[in-house]
Amino acid sequence: MHTDPMERARNAGNTLHPFYGGLRLRHHKRISCTLPLAHARLPTRLFVPLQQHAGPPAEALVVPGQKVLKGEPIGRHEQPSRGWVHAPTSGTVTALARRPVTNPSGDDGPCVLLRPDRLDTWTDLHPIDDWETATPERLRRAIGEAGIVGLGGATFQTSHKVADARQQTVHTVILNGAECEPYISCDEILMRMQPERVIAGARVLQRATGAERTVIAIEDQMGAVEGALRDALSRSGATEAGEVIDIVKVTTLYPEGGERQLIQVLTGLEVPRGGRPTDIGLLCQNVGTAAAAADAVIEGKPLIERIVTVTGGGVRTPRNLIALLGTPVADLIDQSGGYTAQAARLVIGGPLMGYAVRSDDNPVVKGVNCVLVLTGDDVRPEQPEMPCIRCGECARVCPARLLPQQLHAQVCHDLLDEAADFGLDACIECGCCDYVCPSHIPLSEWFRFGKSEWRLLQKERARADAARQRFEARESRLARIRDERQRRMDEKKQALRDDARRKRRIADAVERVKSRQTAPGGDS
Amino acid sequence: MTRRFATGPAPHLPAPPTVGRVMRDVLLALIPGLLAHAWFFGPGIVVQVVLATAFAVGFESAMLYLRGKPQALYLGDGSAVVTAVLFALCIPPLAPWWIAAVGMGFAIVLAKHLYGGLGYNVFNPAMVGYVVVLISFPAELTRWLPPGAIAEIRPDLTASLHAIFLGSLPADLGWDAITQATPLDSVRTGIAEGRTVAEIRSQDVFGDFGGLGWEWIANWFAIGGLWLLWRRVISWHVPVAMIGTIAALGLAGYLIDPGSNPSPLQHVFSGAIMLGAFFIATDPVSGCTSTRGRLIFGAGVGIFTLVIRRWGGYPDGVAFAVLLMNMAAPLIDVYTRPRFYGE
Repeated sequence: MHTDPMERARNAGNTLHPFYGGLRLRHHKRISCTLPLAHARLPTRLFVPLQQHAGPPAEALVVPGQKVLKGEPIGRHEQPSRGWVHAPTSGTVTALARRPVTNPSGDDGPCVLLRPDRLDTWTDLHPIDDWETATPERLRRAIGEAGIVGLGGATFQTSHKVADARQQTVHTVILNGAECEPYISCDEILMRMQPERVIAGARVLQRATGAERTVIAIEDQMGAVEGALRDALSRSGATEAGEVIDIVKVTTLYPEGGERQLIQVLTGLEVPRGGRPTDIGLLCQNVGTAAAAADAVIEGKPLIERIVTVTGGGVRTPRNLIALLGTPVADLIDQSGGYTAQAARLVIGGPLMGYAVRSDDNPVVKGVNCVLVLTGDDVRPEQPEMPCIRCGECARVCPARLLPQQLHAQVCHDLLDEAADFGLDACIECGCCDYVCPSHIPLSEWFRFGKSEWRLLQKERARADAARQRFEARESRLARIRDERQRRMDEKKQALRDDARRKRRIADAVERVKSRQTAPGGDS
Repeated sequence: MTRRFATGPAPHLPAPPTVGRVMRDVLLALIPGLLAHAWFFGPGIVVQVVLATAFAVGFESAMLYLRGKPQALYLGDGSAVVTAVLFALCIPPLAPWWIAAVGMGFAIVLAKHLYGGLGYNVFNPAMVGYVVVLISFPAELTRWLPPGAIAEIRPDLTASLHAIFLGSLPADLGWDAITQATPLDSVRTGIAEGRTVAEIRSQDVFGDFGGLGWEWIANWFAIGGLWLLWRRVISWHVPVAMIGTIAALGLAGYLIDPGSNPSPLQHVFSGAIMLGAFFIATDPVSGCTSTRGRLIFGAGVGIFTLVIRRWGGYPDGVAFAVLLMNMAAPLIDVYTRPRFYGE
C-alpha cells in the first residue's frame, strides 16, 4: 500500500474503499429507463431564470421586444467569467419579470420570458476546431462563456473549478457517474445513449485542467453503461492520443455519488476539513457537466438544455427528456403521460436531497436533474416531531461520521461554537439522518440553518474583530501622539529649567565676582 | 394549466420506524423473560407489571397535562410502559401495591418529567424508581420467593393479590414460610460468614450457573435482547461490553481466589445482569451515544456492578451501577466523539 496521500490519490479507482454509514435504498431507476431518451417538445413560452448557478445573479443583456437567436447570451454577471445565460431557442423576449425560479426556498427571481419563433435558428457558433492542441486557457474560457455549471445539482461554475484545478496542479479528473439517489437516471441514460459526449467531455476536461488521467465512476447496477462507455472510448482516439481514461464500477450505496464519499471510495482518502478535492490533486465533475463542456468546446454550443428524469408513481410514463432550460415542468409531465390520479407531491431532485415545490409552473434550470412526482404512499405522512431519544441511528448512517443528535442539540440551543467543534461544517446534508430518525426530526434542515447562522456569526465576529483592531490601533496612535507631545513638553520644560538654572548659575557667578571685587575694595 | 401541490420536508420516502415502534419492540422482547419469571415465581410479577403500568400511565398523563403536552402522542410512544415493566421486573413479586406507586411516582414525575420529559432525562427512570424504593423500604424489597421447584408453598393468584393489596398474607401463610434469601443474598451472607463459594453453592437455591430459576429467566431475557439486536433496536456495544467486563473481572477474581469469589458464569447468570445488559443499560436517552462511549458505558456498568456485589451494601448492583454511569455519560460522550470526515 502507498501511504503517501498524493500517491494514493494518483491511484484513484485501482482499489475500492468503503465509506462510513450510508443507506441501502430501493433504486426505482428502471422505471424511467425503459423509454429511449428523447427531446422534449418546444414549449410555447420559456421562462429563463437569470440565476441558475451558485453565486450572485446575472444581469439581463436583453430588453423586452428584442429578438434573440438560439444560443445568444441573454444574461451575464458583471465579472465576465460568471453566470452566463443563453437563449435556449430563437424568438422574442416578451418580458423581464420575477417568477418562480425552481429553488428550495420557493422564492421568485428575475427571469427572461421568451416566446419561441419555432425556427430554432442558431446564432454564430465558435467551436475550437483544434481543441486537441489548443491552450488550456482557451478551453477554459469557452467553458466559462458557455455558462457551464455543475449539472449534478450543486451548479458551481465549472470554469472556476477548472481554473482552481490548474492552479493546484490536479493530476486526476474524476467524472461522477454514480448518481446514487433513488429514481434519478439522467446520468445513466446519458452514459448509455450518448457515451461519446461523456468521453469527449473527459478529454476536454483533462486537457483544460492539465490532469494526467480521468476516472469515470459508474454504479455496479448500471447494466449496459460500462460497455457503451468502453465502446465510445475505443472509438474516440483518446488512447492513441496518449490520454488515460479509466472506467471504474462502484457499489451502489447512498450517498456514494457525493463528491467527498466518491473520493473516499476511489482513493481511501478524505478531503481535508475545510479543504477541496484539489488539495489532494483531484477534480470531481458530474458526467453531464463533462458532456456539456465537450459541446461548448468542440461544437461551440452554450448550455441551453439538459437531460431531466421525469419519474415517480405520480406520472404515467416515466422517462428521460432533453429539455430546454426554461421549459415549465408541467410541459415535461405532459410529455410523460401526465399525472396519475395518485400524484401528491412534486419534488425537484431526488427523494433525499430534493425539495418539494408548490406548483408545476417552475421552469427547468441548470441544476434540475429530476422531476419526481410522488404518490401519497411514497412519502411519509405528516408526523409530529418528537424529542430526540438519542438512539444513535443517525450517527450510524452519517457518512461524515458526525453525531447528528449532539449537533442537533447544540444548534437548537445556539451553541454554535460547540457545534463547529463537533464538525457541523463537515455535514454534506445528504439526509441519511433524517431518513432513519424515529422522532422525525428534520436534522439536515437544522444543520443547514446552523451552518448559515455560524457563517453569519463568523462574519459578525470578523467585523467586531476588525472594529476592535481599528479602535485599538487608533487608541495606540493617540497614545503615541500624546506621549510624544508630553515628551516634547518635558524636554522643553527641562530645557527651560536648564536655561533658568544656567542663567541663575551665571547670575550667581556674576554676583560672587561682584561681591569678591567689592570686598577687598572695602579693605583698601 | 398550473397544478399546485402541498409541499413537505425531505426525505420524500415512506416512513421509517417511530419512537413508538422502538418501545413496542422492547416490550415484546421482554415478554419471554416475564413469562419465565411467572413460571418460576408465580403470578405476582404479572400483577406488579399491571400495577406499575397503571401508575406509570397515570403519572405520565398527569404530568403531560400539567406541562401542556399532547396526551395521545406522548402516551402512544410507550416509553412510560417500558419504564413500568422494567421497574416491575426488579421488585419482589409480592411487594405491596404502594411500592409500585412510590417507584413510578419517582420514576415518571421526578426522574422523567421534572428533567424535561422523554429524551431529556439524565437518569434511567426505572432505576431511579427502583433505587428509591430499595433504599426506603428494605423490608418489603427483600421478600423474595424461592422458585417453584423448591418452594414448599407457592402462593397462587388469590394469595398474591391478597399480599399485594392488603399487605398481608392469607391466614394460613406466613412471610417466613414463603420467602427465602435470593441466591445473591446467600452468596453475600455466606461469604461474610466465611464459607467458601462451593459450600454456598450446595444450597438448593442455586442452579447450574446462577440461581435456580433465575438463570432461566436470564436466558430468556438474553434471547429477547438478541432479538432486539437483530431488529437493530439496540446496538451490541453496551451488552457486549457489560457482560464481557463482568465475565473478565469475574474470571480474574475466580482465578485469584475461587473460595471467596463466585465463578464468572455465576456472576453473569445471577441477578439482573442480562436484564440490565440488554434492556436497562441500553436505554439510549440516559446512556452514551458514540460507539466508543457505549463500550465504556457498558464496561463501567459491569465494573460498578461487581464492585457493589463484592464490597457494597447490596447483594446486586446493576441499578446503582447504571445510575452512576448515567452521571458519567455526558462527559464520556465529550471525550469519545468520533473523528469526523476530513478532520
